[in-house]
Amino acid sequence: MPQPLEPIRVERATPASRAFAVGIVPGLIALAALPWWSDAGNMRLVAEMAYYLALAQLWNLLAGYAGLVSVGQQVYVGLGGYAFFYTTRALDLNVYLALPLAALFACVMAVPISFAVFRLRGAYFAVGTWVVSEAFMLGASLIEAVGAGSGLSLTPDIVRQISPDRGVRDTIIYLMSLGVSALVVGIVYLLLRSRHGLALTAIRDSEPASASLGVNTFRTKLAIYIITAACTGFIGGLIFLQKLRISPEAGFSINDWTVVVIFMVVIGGIGTIEGPFIGMLVYILLRELLADYGTVYLIVMGLIAVAVMLKAPGGLWGWIVQRYGLQLFPVSRRLASAPPSEAEQPSAH
Amino acid sequence: MEWINILIQGALLGGIYALFAIGLSLSFGIMRLVNIAHGDLIVLSAYASLVVVDGTGVNPVTSLILVVPLMFAVGYALQRGLLNLTLSGGLLPPLLVTFGISIIIQNTLLQFFGAHTHRLQLGVIETQALRLPGGIAIGLYPLLVFVVALISIGGLQLLFYRTRLGRAFRAASDDADTAELMGIDNRHLYALALGIAMIFTALAGVLFAIRTNFDPASGPIRLILAFEAVIIGGLGSLWGTLLGGVILGLSQAVGAALSPTWQILAGHIAFLIILILRPSGLFPRTRD
Amino acid sequence: MTTLLRTKKLSAFYGDFQALFDVDITVEEGETVAIIGANGAGKTTLLRAVAGALESAPEMIEFAGEAIGHHTPHTLVRLGIAMVPEGRKLFSSLSVEENLMVGSHCGRPGPWSLSRIYELFPPLSTLRHLPAHALSGGQQQMAAVGRALMSNPRLLLCDELSLGLAPSVIKDIYVCLGQITAQGTTVIIVEQDIDRALSASRRFYCLQEGRLALAAPTANFDRAAITAAYFGL
Repeated sequence: MPQPLEPIRVERATPASRAFAVGIVPGLIALAALPWWSDAGNMRLVAEMAYYLALAQLWNLLAGYAGLVSVGQQVYVGLGGYAFFYTTRALDLNVYLALPLAALFACVMAVPISFAVFRLRGAYFAVGTWVVSEAFMLGASLIEAVGAGSGLSLTPDIVRQISPDRGVRDTIIYLMSLGVSALVVGIVYLLLRSRHGLALTAIRDSEPASASLGVNTFRTKLAIYIITAACTGFIGGLIFLQKLRISPEAGFSINDWTVVVIFMVVIGGIGTIEGPFIGMLVYILLRELLADYGTVYLIVMGLIAVAVMLKAPGGLWGWIVQRYGLQLFPVSRRLASAPPSEAEQPSAH
Repeated sequence: MEWINILIQGALLGGIYALFAIGLSLSFGIMRLVNIAHGDLIVLSAYASLVVVDGTGVNPVTSLILVVPLMFAVGYALQRGLLNLTLSGGLLPPLLVTFGISIIIQNTLLQFFGAHTHRLQLGVIETQALRLPGGIAIGLYPLLVFVVALISIGGLQLLFYRTRLGRAFRAASDDADTAELMGIDNRHLYALALGIAMIFTALAGVLFAIRTNFDPASGPIRLILAFEAVIIGGLGSLWGTLLGGVILGLSQAVGAALSPTWQILAGHIAFLIILILRPSGLFPRTRD
Repeated sequence: MTTLLRTKKLSAFYGDFQALFDVDITVEEGETVAIIGANGAGKTTLLRAVAGALESAPEMIEFAGEAIGHHTPHTLVRLGIAMVPEGRKLFSSLSVEENLMVGSHCGRPGPWSLSRIYELFPPLSTLRHLPAHALSGGQQQMAAVGRALMSNPRLLLCDELSLGLAPSVIKDIYVCLGQITAQGTTVIIVEQDIDRALSASRRFYCLQEGRLALAAPTANFDRAAITAAYFGL
């Protein structure tokens, strides 16, 4: 008589991920409480880390999962930033409405842009997205309504909509940055946990195979492209709200918004959620350590990124996963052969 | 009459754009590698010439005697030592490694030469013009650059279709594994390919730097212009790339005539329109 | 008779998948040896390993007394091993003549030249300037064999010459093969068509799921035993 099959469950959480979920809570509370135990300088730094993390997660979603290596995501930072500035200045829109509108604007612009760039594949797609960004940068510098070459500034009235008090304002913007970052990480995490995430991981592992299994790769990739555009636009609005002014060079700067983001993801570990965290920390560390040497830190990051790509394509996190099998953000599914309570009982085999 | 001169000027721009594009085209045609650092290598050549010119007092064209072999060696070493390692890993490694190299080159140049612009000087020929009846003026220097582009492409066609090396390039481009089985050493061949590509990159770098101000950040726009010329003309055809360059130059000239600040943007717009309407370019040859 | 090729416990992997298990074959200079087996038995893998397209430990493959397992394919062409790949694999953007000329890229001296190839395969002479993809299957096969011969090999590896070809065409090609071996070239034929392979060879090996199942002279060999080894019965 064949043995009855043991009941199987699909399991996601690992011991490490459970430990992480619990252990991270005090850290998050400390971060949220930063305005009360630290100064404005540190708030700005952590806010910067927060939105770089968000940008890195989004780029990783595009490139590491959907296989769309874009070197032009800065276009949405600029578009979001400019939308925010234009709606608050020329249309007198409230700051808290202008931010989501910036996301919507970026989302809408992503449609025609995708129409052009999706004609290209692989490395050509990458350069194509870059061309689009350059075109928008040039366009912004020629349009008088958005300040042409000199750009736009936020008036004190607009800024005071957040709060008339400087300290409170800084705190609110800081918390918004943390919030947006957490939201983006949350969106990416939930997306990858979902059915769509499974499709994306399949596309990441093998596009032809997943297409042959019925995954609509084109629609999935397009959806991801537009979602990341919207989120990037929102972040763009937030970034330039903090900077108080925007110009074509700053808004659409590949160096500021794409180069370091790509390095972060590559060094941290492309195709993982944990990777961008590590990459972002490496970036901040190198930048602060080598601050006296101009852009040497970029050369160092470049060298590390090249070395990582050749020797350890999974990045720092990929190396950790290979060694220790860790997963802190449980997105993969495993088959477990029995409910945990039975597995813990001693049994004779 | 002015319009004819504008169009001639634009068409001749195609020469320098084609020279920009040759290296990119060779790299992709033979190794299927899009070299993101291509523009920065053009700028690196310009700086190499600057060093030679400052050190020896020769004029930039004479400096090519040193710069061309130097860039050939750089290309050979880069491909053999680094880029060959990325070819079997899929899409990401070649793209991200060349991207990293691009940033490294830009910032290293920045450290050594600073952020201010330079220009190579050739002399009065830079502004001379050939005057034809009917008020037509053809810039002598752009004409010479265009002729250099014609000779370069003609020479490369001869290389590809009349020599043993060219046959090996085309065979490896068709089927790299079988080429290896026929006795072709792909590692060496690819390195030669990038070395040869660098010859034209060096030419392009010096020739453009004579007419245009350059600084360490000038690389990316050169990559984009080269890329636009290749895509407009269609992959796989060098003469197509020349035509792509001419069309790009014409678009820019028309844009510039409407308003000087519109020059580059007009080129981008033309590129995007052609991309949407005819994604495989106007004269495509290779299948991807 | 000297041993030209010897494999010693040759194993081969595609990633984690093992395709060959400790295969030992020997080929004497001037011989024609057949390797038969079902689809997936490892015949092409064996040829590719010998040709250098698969990485092996140096001592697993010996050619003219030298350990060559670690060499790259192009080095082996220089040493005298040439392959007629499965599916012909002509260079599609090159003409027939250019395909043949690529074969001589390594410059090994010997009796074969363009004119000799055209003598061996007269149809190729008329087709010489056509692009390779414009040829019929049989003509492409001739061109592929000619291309391999242009490197003046000591050992010729023929992978599935008869694949996709009409019987009369296959007959013609094997006649030409006879003329090649008459020159003293050592040949290994891989075929799924057992009759064709055995009629052209003196000895044969039979592979089954990556392992050597049978090795024997072809003359008067018991067909039932071959079938059993072929299918692993």
